[in-house]
Amino acid sequence: MDRLNSNASRWTFAIIAHVGLVVAWYLFVELGNVPKFVMPSPQATLNALLNPSYGWWSNIAVTGTEIFGGYLLALGVGVLLALVFTWSHTLEALFLPLLVTLNMIPKVALGPLIIVWFKYGVFPNTLMAFSIAVFPILLTTARGLREIEPELLDLVRSLRGSRWQLFTKIQLPGALPYIFSGMKVASILAVAGAVVGEFLGSDRGLGYLMLQVQVTLDTPAMFMAVLLITLIGMLLYGMVLLLERLLVVRDARVA
Amino acid sequence: MSEEPFIHLAGVRKVYRTGRKEHLAISDATFDVMPGELVSLVGPSGCGKSTLLKILSGLHPHDGGEVRIGSATHPFDPARDVGMVFQAPLLLKWRRIIDNVLLPAEILGLPMAAARGRARDLLALVGLTGNEDKYPYELSGGMQQRAAIARALVHDPRLVLMDEPFGALDALTREKMNLELLRIWKESGKTIVFVTHGISEAVFLGTRVVVFTAGPARMADNFAIDLAHPRTLDMKTNEQFGVYTRRIYRLLGME
Repeated sequence: MDRLNSNASRWTFAIIAHVGLVVAWYLFVELGNVPKFVMPSPQATLNALLNPSYGWWSNIAVTGTEIFGGYLLALGVGVLLALVFTWSHTLEALFLPLLVTLNMIPKVALGPLIIVWFKYGVFPNTLMAFSIAVFPILLTTARGLREIEPELLDLVRSLRGSRWQLFTKIQLPGALPYIFSGMKVASILAVAGAVVGEFLGSDRGLGYLMLQVQVTLDTPAMFMAVLLITLIGMLLYGMVLLLERLLVVRDARVA
Repeated sequence: MSEEPFIHLAGVRKVYRTGRKEHLAISDATFDVMPGELVSLVGPSGCGKSTLLKILSGLHPHDGGEVRIGSATHPFDPARDVGMVFQAPLLLKWRRIIDNVLLPAEILGLPMAAARGRARDLLALVGLTGNEDKYPYELSGGMQQRAAIARALVHDPRLVLMDEPFGALDALTREKMNLELLRIWKESGKTIVFVTHGISEAVFLGTRVVVFTAGPARMADNFAIDLAHPRTLDMKTNEQFGVYTRRIYRLLGME
């Protein structure tokens, strides 16, 4: 089984699985005579991409902006709040339980409210993505900053190290694996948040487009939209993984 | 010997308070450590030996009695003159071994070029040449603890405090590390206070053994170990070694 663990063969298997899924999809549609409005074939889906009337590029730009914008906002706010909490135990004691409660609110349920408050468009959808992505980042970062062996603390204290040294040399690098585990979860949630936002109220974006073409049972375009949303999500997730690979030593990574 | 003791403890007392409850951690510790000695503190859990290390490191204040370290002509600076080794290696996962060893030098703001050279020499001393650029996860538990010993020596402290440093290692590695520690001690000339549960380890390593008993925590005995140096493993079977270990077993009520 050692061969399975080598990088090259893992990639091979991954590619085989993906190609296999597309082939199975093709065979299912072709051999099963599945109507196009129920499930289009891979070619029909690709053909939709070639039709300029869908405005793919501008819709990708809109949805991408919402996802990446909401995500970056969540990353900034989440990490910043977690830092504030580690520096002030009073603020942490006051706000962390509150945030845990707020986290229990299904963010999707806030959608109609966000529309009431901010009308509809890119900004409220960015807020949707943000509101759903911020909690995992905040909570894992706060946890990562707290996880410090008491004896390591003794070591730094015995050398009369400053609070700042403790933070920069031990706490923050120690929290990085946790931050990344939160960032990975958040990247998936941000995509969901932006698309749900577009479903609830929007005049642009891939989610909005899906509702438009749904009316005419244009399933190939819906498939393509889902595919493109997935690709945007994969791009975001891939960037997070890459960054983790650059910044976090292998053994320290949290799965 | 007319030499002045490096550490002088007289009637040292330590009380921990949790709410209204008082817990006597050390009732009356009185012993001296001469420069260059390796003193073993042995006793069961909760006998106050780790607390005593924290007092020696300056991390905790004592509540009574006298603690004097160093001399008027050569005063003791608790920030620079203490090296600490704990039961866990506590290496930072994201730092290479050499950079882990350099941590105290960084915190103390020592000149880094000189410290780097010293760190390399120390890694050679503890038998880790060639592992400078590895990450902790690439090293076995025993090797990680060697790196932790090098880290404790990098700022050239006058006193090294070890809190059950080999307690988590398997029996064979532990024997090997005992011999290594004796060699490192001889070559570095440091004064070492070594806390352990292991009775035979305490006798084998120590120039002197201080015995603590629990419930209530108190110092029960303090005697020199008159075995030749360098010590060898076959000394553990000689008669005098047995006399010493039986003396400790008796004090701890195990005979």
